[in-house]
Amino acid sequence: MPRKPIDLPYKIEHLSILDEHGDVDKELEPKLSADDLKKMYWFMLLARRTDERMLNLQRQGRIGTFPQTSGHEAICMGSIFAIKSTDWNVPAYRELAGMLYRGWPIETILLYWGGYEEGNRIPDKVNDLPYCVPVASQLLHAAGIGMAMNIKGDKNVVVTYFGDGSSSEGDFHEALNFASVFSAPVIFVCENNQYAISVPISRQMKAETIAQRSIAYGIPGIRVDGNDVLAMYVASAEAVERARAGHGPSLIEGLTYRVTPHTTADDPKKYRSEDEVKEWVNRDCLLRFSKYLVKKGVYSEADLKKVDEEVDAKIKEAVKRFEELAKSEELLDPMAMFDYTYADIPPFLQEQRDELSGLLKKESGSGSEGKKQAETARRHG
Amino acid sequence: MAEMNMAKAINKALYEAMERDERVVVLGEDVGKDEGVFRITEGLHAKFGDKRVIDTPLAESAIVGTSIGMALYGLRPVCEIQFSGFDYYNYHQLESHAARFRNRTRGRLTVPMVMRAPYGGGIRALEHHSESREAIYAHTPGLKVVIPSGPRNARALLHAAIQDPDAVVYYEPKALYRAFKEDVPDQIETLPIGQAQIVKKGSNITLISYGASLRNTLEAAEILEEEHDIKAEVIDLLSIAPLDTETIIDSVKKTGRAVVVHEGPRTCGIGAEVVARINEHVLLYLEAPVKRVTGFDVVIPYFSKEKAYLPDADRIVTAALETLEF
Repeated sequence: MPRKPIDLPYKIEHLSILDEHGDVDKELEPKLSADDLKKMYWFMLLARRTDERMLNLQRQGRIGTFPQTSGHEAICMGSIFAIKSTDWNVPAYRELAGMLYRGWPIETILLYWGGYEEGNRIPDKVNDLPYCVPVASQLLHAAGIGMAMNIKGDKNVVVTYFGDGSSSEGDFHEALNFASVFSAPVIFVCENNQYAISVPISRQMKAETIAQRSIAYGIPGIRVDGNDVLAMYVASAEAVERARAGHGPSLIEGLTYRVTPHTTADDPKKYRSEDEVKEWVNRDCLLRFSKYLVKKGVYSEADLKKVDEEVDAKIKEAVKRFEELAKSEELLDPMAMFDYTYADIPPFLQEQRDELSGLLKKESGSGSEGKKQAETARRHG
Repeated sequence: MAEMNMAKAINKALYEAMERDERVVVLGEDVGKDEGVFRITEGLHAKFGDKRVIDTPLAESAIVGTSIGMALYGLRPVCEIQFSGFDYYNYHQLESHAARFRNRTRGRLTVPMVMRAPYGGGIRALEHHSESREAIYAHTPGLKVVIPSGPRNARALLHAAIQDPDAVVYYEPKALYRAFKEDVPDQIETLPIGQAQIVKKGSNITLISYGASLRNTLEAAEILEEEHDIKAEVIDLLSIAPLDTETIIDSVKKTGRAVVVHEGPRTCGIGAEVVARINEHVLLYLEAPVKRVTGFDVVIPYFSKEKAYLPDADRIVTAALETLEF
């Protein structure tokens, strides 16, 4: 017959393992040790409390505008936990839990949102790219890193993150296509929080899921409960195994909800109801994970309280270190803006560097240049 | 020493670079089995295979974006954008990432890649195949932009670009691919990026150009000498960014007069930057305002009219004479 359905190799599944009450599907429950579960919980909580502390710091003017990450911990923790330290992580900007787990110090994160380039200085031996603000553009870097892994014959994988809004960008489609064509070992993780600032997912696409975009690129795709860290881990571990075995990329859509504003500069009251938000607050990923841990006997209620205190103490220390760094002459030195434009500073740029240096000296009068620069920067900051 | 045209010289550089450094990979549309629409990648796929000579899907942003990823992972990608008229698709990746990783990560991650693209008019090409937009890249902090003007410097500049620790845009004047041949030495040469060359010594006026326009500028210099007894000094910029201020101002100090020549549109073009630097450094040596002989600020006309748009020797001679008679 001339007209018949074409059988496509992939169907889109939905995966959920841990429900809102902390009850688990025993058949699907991953075999993670108590230590692993504790580690996951620790970094998710650390991210949550750091995010809350950051909001506080932002309101006090101690850091700048930043995108809040509360509610996104399960998606990035479940996926980042499935890769090794020798693998690569290419974040967007809501993967705080993952970055902390990979070894980014909290004070470095605070420096970034506090307006210091040093906040993007990746810790030694951490195979991460820094934050990426222009949405979806980082997905091509992940595809390229994956292609390079194949070229070099390394058995590493890359995990990369993006939001639902990013899925409308051309770079998203190009990255999936390149990774697919070249069987690059990339795990594309979508944090579908249903809003791109004010634009809901229904205005982003007519498709039922982001996961089904994978069919167009001939790669596996799955939608996962994004508030379920166990489901995110299972889907990611499967994708990592496929990638490492040379079977190419996968697309994982974690469905969650942005319970916070987009950034500290956003007012969601203009575009959505508070009832809608409340409904999702009850589905919180940390809440259900802690219930699960107690039910499983990994933690007692008293243990949870203790972890909370440990996390708070750690953040307190980090904020202190950030405050010290933030006022250090080295980090405030405006001359540093010239340091890394090129490997070696070309003469024309040296001329401009000298120009600024002269201006700063003139401003400082008899005072030392460093001191004055610090003052200038503080004034402008 | 062997005589070859620019297309062959660029091909030779790619071959040599891939042979001496296994981190060098070539990617782009039709660069593999087809060996490039201008045959610049001839023989590479046969010699180095699928892994290092990569025919990509048709997506410029992805070609540059994945090149950035490869460079971050330790390779030395040399990607080809088939025509510069399509590199606006990937401008974002160059501006936001290739040019910034070193700065953003305070030196921890760098992007040593080269983006090659044929640019410029003069070959009766179809629409969107004749633009000269090097100024866009020169205006982007963190990028380097080089443009050769002949076979020998094309090969040397490409080696320098591939070895450079930063991202380099390597624009190839397509009108010169097969325009003439030149002796190219057997041993590998490099030219320092950021250095212009004085290609003809003179004392009456400085003519500054690069790329395909350099040929017309040299022709103009000959006419000036033969018909008007004027000795023009001709500078080939070679590097558009960083621009070699010193060579320009040293020459203008000597001649007191200058004309800058390029195909790209005049407003905010490379000529504007050259004039600004002359003003900043040697204004009081000038005997006349510096003239610009450039493409006009219009969409480059289709090829039936492109001759009137592109700066030719006559326009350069006229501008030089006006400058001398000022």
